Amino acid sequence: MSRGFIIRRVGLFLIVVWAAASVNFFIPRLATGRDPIREKLGLLAASGGLRQEGVEAMVKAYQAKFGLDKPLHTQYLNFLLNSARLDLGYSLANYPARVGRMIANAMPWTMGLLLVATIIGFSLGTLMGALAVWARAPALFRHLVFPLMTLSAIPPYLLGLVVIYTLGLQLNIFPLSGGYSPGTFPGFRLDFILEVIHHSTLPALAIVLQAVGFWALGMRGMMVSTVGEDYIALAEANGLRSKTIFFRYAVRNAFLPQYTALGLSMAFAVSGQVVVEVVFAYPGMGTLLFRAIQASDYTVINGVVLITIMAIGLVTMVMDFTYPLLDPRISHQRLD
Amino acid sequence: MGGPATDMRQKLLEIRGLEVEFQTRRGIARAVNCIDLTLYAGERFGLVGESGSGKTTMILALLRMIREPGRISGGQVLLDGVDLLKLSDEEMRKTRLAGLAMVPQGAMNSLNPVMRVGDQIRLSMSEHGQRRPAEAGRIEELLQMVGLRPQVAELYPHELSGGMKQRACIAIAISLRPRLILADEPTSALDVVVQRHIMQTLRSLGESMDATVLLVGHDMGLMAQFTQRMGIMYGGKLVEVGTVEEIFSSPKHPYTQLLIASIPSFKSRGEFKGIPGVALSLLNPPTGCLFHPRCPQALDECASVDPSLKELDGHHTACLLYGREGTHAATPA
Repeated sequence: MSRGFIIRRVGLFLIVVWAAASVNFFIPRLATGRDPIREKLGLLAASGGLRQEGVEAMVKAYQAKFGLDKPLHTQYLNFLLNSARLDLGYSLANYPARVGRMIANAMPWTMGLLLVATIIGFSLGTLMGALAVWARAPALFRHLVFPLMTLSAIPPYLLGLVVIYTLGLQLNIFPLSGGYSPGTFPGFRLDFILEVIHHSTLPALAIVLQAVGFWALGMRGMMVSTVGEDYIALAEANGLRSKTIFFRYAVRNAFLPQYTALGLSMAFAVSGQVVVEVVFAYPGMGTLLFRAIQASDYTVINGVVLITIMAIGLVTMVMDFTYPLLDPRISHQRLD
Repeated sequence: MGGPATDMRQKLLEIRGLEVEFQTRRGIARAVNCIDLTLYAGERFGLVGESGSGKTTMILALLRMIREPGRISGGQVLLDGVDLLKLSDEEMRKTRLAGLAMVPQGAMNSLNPVMRVGDQIRLSMSEHGQRRPAEAGRIEELLQMVGLRPQVAELYPHELSGGMKQRACIAIAISLRPRLILADEPTSALDVVVQRHIMQTLRSLGESMDATVLLVGHDMGLMAQFTQRMGIMYGGKLVEVGTVEEIFSSPKHPYTQLLIASIPSFKSRGEFKGIPGVALSLLNPPTGCLFHPRCPQALDECASVDPSLKELDGHHTACLLYGREGTHAATPA
């Protein structure tokens, strides 16, 4: 891999993040008629039975505080500078909480749940999809495709409701919601870690059930064309072991598109499975984003989206750098 | 080829009554139909026939690589006296490459694209229990035997030309010194110059290792240059077996005669001669001799009697023109 390629690729990453972040800055501001500060203060005023006369002045004061009184281009410039420093500002709805702090609190929950669930779903699904095509595998795997296909079509939050009802309510094996039991204190201790695993089993199961089907279908499609390749037939004619042909010839070659999809899926995992997290009241990025949207908390929405964009940009860049290791036909050398 | 001369030679492969059937929705198609053939140690034998005549299916049957819905429905394949059809799956796997090796049809895509050439040769050997010490330098030696530089071991298939890929496939095929090399149209995707080099390589390797080469194809010119004996297939049956000289100078079976006559030559320019009619349908084969609907010399009884391979002075043909069915002259030469 040449240094030139790395520089160009990092440059592309920065441009992608900038462009996506800019779109994300302007779109909420194009939606006229909603003013989160006015809404919030109006709500407070109404619930508190306050008199209305001071509100206008308060709105002015808060807008000045968040820099919303400045002209759009100044706001944009400030936004870019702050984003570059990863300073995401204050939450509009939960002032004085800082957006960065809120995301930092939610992130480990989401990463733990979704990355683990994604990797489990990916590994299981890829293997099952490959075995569904392999003639020497037990026929069970061929029949398994149909239930998997069904599962892949059901959104994980609905599967979530099913597992809550069966494993949570009826059998009472797993807690229904939350990241840990109320009353316990987070810390890096064995009992707390077990507690977290116990709580995250159901949401993870909901995601894995759907993901296994998704990955199995993708892998199955690729395997069908790969097992028809000449090199598979010649490998058999050359007396290679069936297991060797399966892993080092068939799966190895069918795997490449799966790898791309895995990268994107990991990147999206950062922003959380919004609805799944909400269903399970799981304290991750999904719940954070959901509450922010409800409260028109622009700064939090901005922050979550910016982190997502950066994650996707970063992962696709890492993918591009690692492709040549997986497929020697892809190389980043300049042919001049 | 005179009787005594060939009989002195050691029999390597004896195919007896080999049959391959494909179960289809519209019935059973017999792609290989009661083939009897003997190949001798060190000879080069050519198998020709039009597309769909069962050449490739027969090669796959020898390797026991017929896939569903096909199956080997009968016969024996004796390699050095051992019936391959009776081996266990694991024994058959070990026999592939070590006993009989294949040089593939489409070399363009016959190597694993994500593995270095040297690693692919090494893997083929290690899967047959060849341990590391023995192979030190062996991969380089194999590459040189097929006319490739030793450095090719470090390259990936996409870095090789078509001819180089075919040579790499041959290097794998000879890595365990097989007695029998099956070459299924090994030069079909290559240009004529490369074709010639590949065939020369195959010939000299066959000679130096005393391996039998079974060449399958429909390039009659290539067959004439490369092989010593030939077999002609039609509709899954072997209709004629003889030396190259006999087949070209005095073909017996009407199908062979038409096949030879259809080869364009420099002398008789003009109209291109084909064989009238269309190739038979294996699902609905004609009664009697499979070729009789297209045969210009067909007799009345050809529609009812299916001739078997019959010996005429060491040359074998399955045709009623050369005498009525009598004894079952199954074992050729």
